[in-house]
Amino acid sequence: MIEVSNVTKDFGHIKAVDDISFHVHKGEIFAFLGPNGAGKTTTIKMLTTLLKPTSGHIKVNGFDSSVSEKDVRASFGIVFQDPSLDDELTAYENMEFHGVLYSVPKALREKRIDELLKFVDLSDRRHDVVKTFSGGMKRRLEIARGLLHHPLILFLDEPTQGLDPQTRNHMWEYIKELNKNEGITIFFTTHYIEEAEKVATQVAVIDQGKIIEQGKPIELMKRTKTKTLEDAFLKLTGKNIREESASAVDNMRLRRRVMRR
Amino acid sequence: MIRVIYILWLRQMKRFFRSRVRLISSLAMPLLFLFSLGFGFGPIFAKAGEGNYIQFVTPGIVAMSLVFTGIFSGIEIIWDKQFGFLKETLVAPVSRLDIMIGRTLGGATVSVLQGLLVLLVSTLVGFKIPGLGMVILTIFFMFMIAILFTALGTAIASVLDDMHAFQLIMNFLVMPLFFLSGAIFPLDDVSVWMGRVASIDPLSYGVDSIRWALTGISYFGAVLDLILLFVITSILLIIGAKMFAKIEI
Repeated sequence: MIEVSNVTKDFGHIKAVDDISFHVHKGEIFAFLGPNGAGKTTTIKMLTTLLKPTSGHIKVNGFDSSVSEKDVRASFGIVFQDPSLDDELTAYENMEFHGVLYSVPKALREKRIDELLKFVDLSDRRHDVVKTFSGGMKRRLEIARGLLHHPLILFLDEPTQGLDPQTRNHMWEYIKELNKNEGITIFFTTHYIEEAEKVATQVAVIDQGKIIEQGKPIELMKRTKTKTLEDAFLKLTGKNIREESASAVDNMRLRRRVMRR
Repeated sequence: MIRVIYILWLRQMKRFFRSRVRLISSLAMPLLFLFSLGFGFGPIFAKAGEGNYIQFVTPGIVAMSLVFTGIFSGIEIIWDKQFGFLKETLVAPVSRLDIMIGRTLGGATVSVLQGLLVLLVSTLVGFKIPGLGMVILTIFFMFMIAILFTALGTAIASVLDDMHAFQLIMNFLVMPLFFLSGAIFPLDDVSVWMGRVASIDPLSYGVDSIRWALTGISYFGAVLDLILLFVITSILLIIGAKMFAKIEI
């Protein structure tokens, strides 16, 4: 579904992404993990045609992203790290806008919007203006919107960031259900490694622009002789994933883990 | 393609009609100018033998609201960048040119609606409206001016990342464009340098064109106005589209 071969992205003298290669297969839930500034968002931007790689090739759903940009774009859905809804439009209007941009025919569009709003439990708020929504509702609406044009791949950049634990769990349930029932391939980044461990079928760890390890979560733990993906990550990168914005709770959790060893 | 342009235009319309605060606040400035200048300078203007000042200044104030709303509709792209909505449109399988055209037409329509509201209010303070034919011609010129300045706003917003430059644009672009254009004073007897400055201000021709259509008075001549407006609008549309195509997020 996604083939990345020897992709590099320079910003001036800085190599944000340095010669990375990986494959994502159909039906996988692929977690892309790395500390802040490792090159995760740059990679997602390249995969979704928002940035062009300095060198290397990217194929998404069989389309070369530098040649058939439009075909690539039509074939995936994306939920960005920050909200990208129009706050002054209603939930329905945001969906409709998306449907028209992706040329989903009217009848199908209306049916699909109904289904998806039901799926993310927003049917009763369909005609409310988005600025009245909570963070979790907005994120759910964005997932629904990203699915409107029947994408084969869904990209999620930090889908649970800024949400409370309960909403986060819900979010992952939606995502797993999508993967199971509609067979959508999922590619996501997250700061919450324990969540990635629960849902991901494949993991790649990126640090300083390079992919340093990839495989099934269980394989990564085996290779690093650790019990959780978070510890494996710590061993691989030498960093806590939330280093730069580590909260007191994170530090305590880290200390507790170290002491347990 | 047409559908993409239409849905972007429709979005601007919905936002315009939904936000009363924005509507009122963007009408406030032109109306303040109309009332204060109109009634303040009116007597002196008449004494100097120039006739009715409300009749003179209304086309200028209508043009002012076109420039303000037009440039700000363009600049709204910065908001969309900051609030993320721009990403949603830029990652969609549609061409950047269609997005730019849709936005510009939407912004221009909003500006013209604002301008017509100002015109409507001006009739309450004594502005005499010409026949239907001339009003339609006025709306045509208004559209040209609105597209020109929305495209200019788009070009500016494409290279800016946040609203910090807002004051700069206001003080060094919008205000000079307005004050040096002959919107609020006749250009007939101004000094040579002032006349030259006015003649390189695109808004001068915009003001002149609607003043001609609304009151029959023109300084540059309606034909020259039309040609120059058409040329400048085309150039700015191309520049705006080029800059918009270059946005990286």
